[in-house]
Amino acid sequence: MKTIKVLGSGCAKCAKTAETITRVAAELGVEVMLLKATDPQLFMQYGVMSTPAVVVDEVLVHSGSIPHRSEIERWLTGQ
Amino acid sequence: MILGWFGRLADVAVDGLGLDKASPLGGALHFFIEDTSKIFVLLVVMIYLIALVRASLRVERVRDFLAGRSRWLGYGLGSLSGAVTPFCSCSSIPLFLGFTSAGIPIGTTMAFLLTSPLINEVAIVLLGSLLGWKFTLAYLVIGMAVGVLGGLLLDSLHAERWLQPFARKAFERAAPSSAVGAATAAPRLSLAARHHFAIDELQDILGRVWQWVFIGVGLGAALHGFVPEGWIEQHLGAGQWWTVPVAVAIGIPLYSNATGVIPVMESLITHGLPVGTTLAFCMSTVAASFPEFILLKQVMQWRLLVLLFGMLLVAFTLVGWLFNLLAFWVL
Repeated sequence: MKTIKVLGSGCAKCAKTAETITRVAAELGVEVMLLKATDPQLFMQYGVMSTPAVVVDEVLVHSGSIPHRSEIERWLTGQ
Repeated sequence: MILGWFGRLADVAVDGLGLDKASPLGGALHFFIEDTSKIFVLLVVMIYLIALVRASLRVERVRDFLAGRSRWLGYGLGSLSGAVTPFCSCSSIPLFLGFTSAGIPIGTTMAFLLTSPLINEVAIVLLGSLLGWKFTLAYLVIGMAVGVLGGLLLDSLHAERWLQPFARKAFERAAPSSAVGAATAAPRLSLAARHHFAIDELQDILGRVWQWVFIGVGLGAALHGFVPEGWIEQHLGAGQWWTVPVAVAIGIPLYSNATGVIPVMESLITHGLPVGTTLAFCMSTVAASFPEFILLKQVMQWRLLVLLFGMLLVAFTLVGWLFNLLAFWVL
């Protein structure tokens, strides 16, 4: 099961990112544990400088915008 | 000229609805249609073109670019970078921490954060088309000056001692002249990739900004059509010295996008609110907001937040007083 963290300060883009990932995961039938992280110390830990950012199984895969569906699918089906 | 088309479009629309341009409703509607159509077309063109150019810019590169600079150069470049880099204010915190962890002085980071919401291509397009180039130039100079001088002041006070402990530690741990990791190379993007990025940016920015255009122009239109000629001038036009700081104190916590505020500025000025007071109020509205202060609380102690508020209050008040005196030049 993949652990996906969505990093952000809680604005609409971050919520949209989390919601899109959950939806795509459901459609693809991939089991995912989704966490929303707002703690700024976490941003530093992953080297994130623009939010929303996505961390999949402890690897930073995306930052700075709401990811495209195609990118999400790639993460979920295993790069 | 092309811009005349929007006026004619509005004429047609107002006539078509059987209204008189000179009546309050007709006048307001005409203003609304002309300005919203003009603004949207200009926005689409400008955002797309600028995004094409800006596709390969990343905040990480800005950080590497700013790390290790000498003080004055740092403030100027920080402010300039803020002006040309797009970023959503919800990224204030990660950006602040990213810069700070690379050893970039808090003054430089703040120069970036202060100038960024004020100066962006959307604001420039609107100012240019609604208020003229002189006003736009004044706005640009002020935007950068607030960033540079604000940054200078913060560093002189060694404001880094007023950061939250974890942020301060990150700053102290960073070697001042080393960037985090090697300088990130610019990705080479094809025109097609740039086009896709530009379309994304267009959707993103328009999506965020369209309501503000309608609200801003709507308010401006209402003022235009319904507030009697001279009312504002009579009641607020004398520019008593205290109206400026009061306007700024109200403006700072308010949240607005530059997009929404600029059409309102135009209406306020044409109705007689002094240029300086209007400029001060509108810029302070855009420069900071209550939600942003709440976010910054996570990385700054109270003292620093209060200092920031005070700085903005003084800066925009001075701007307001100055432009009330210089009004004859800018308009």
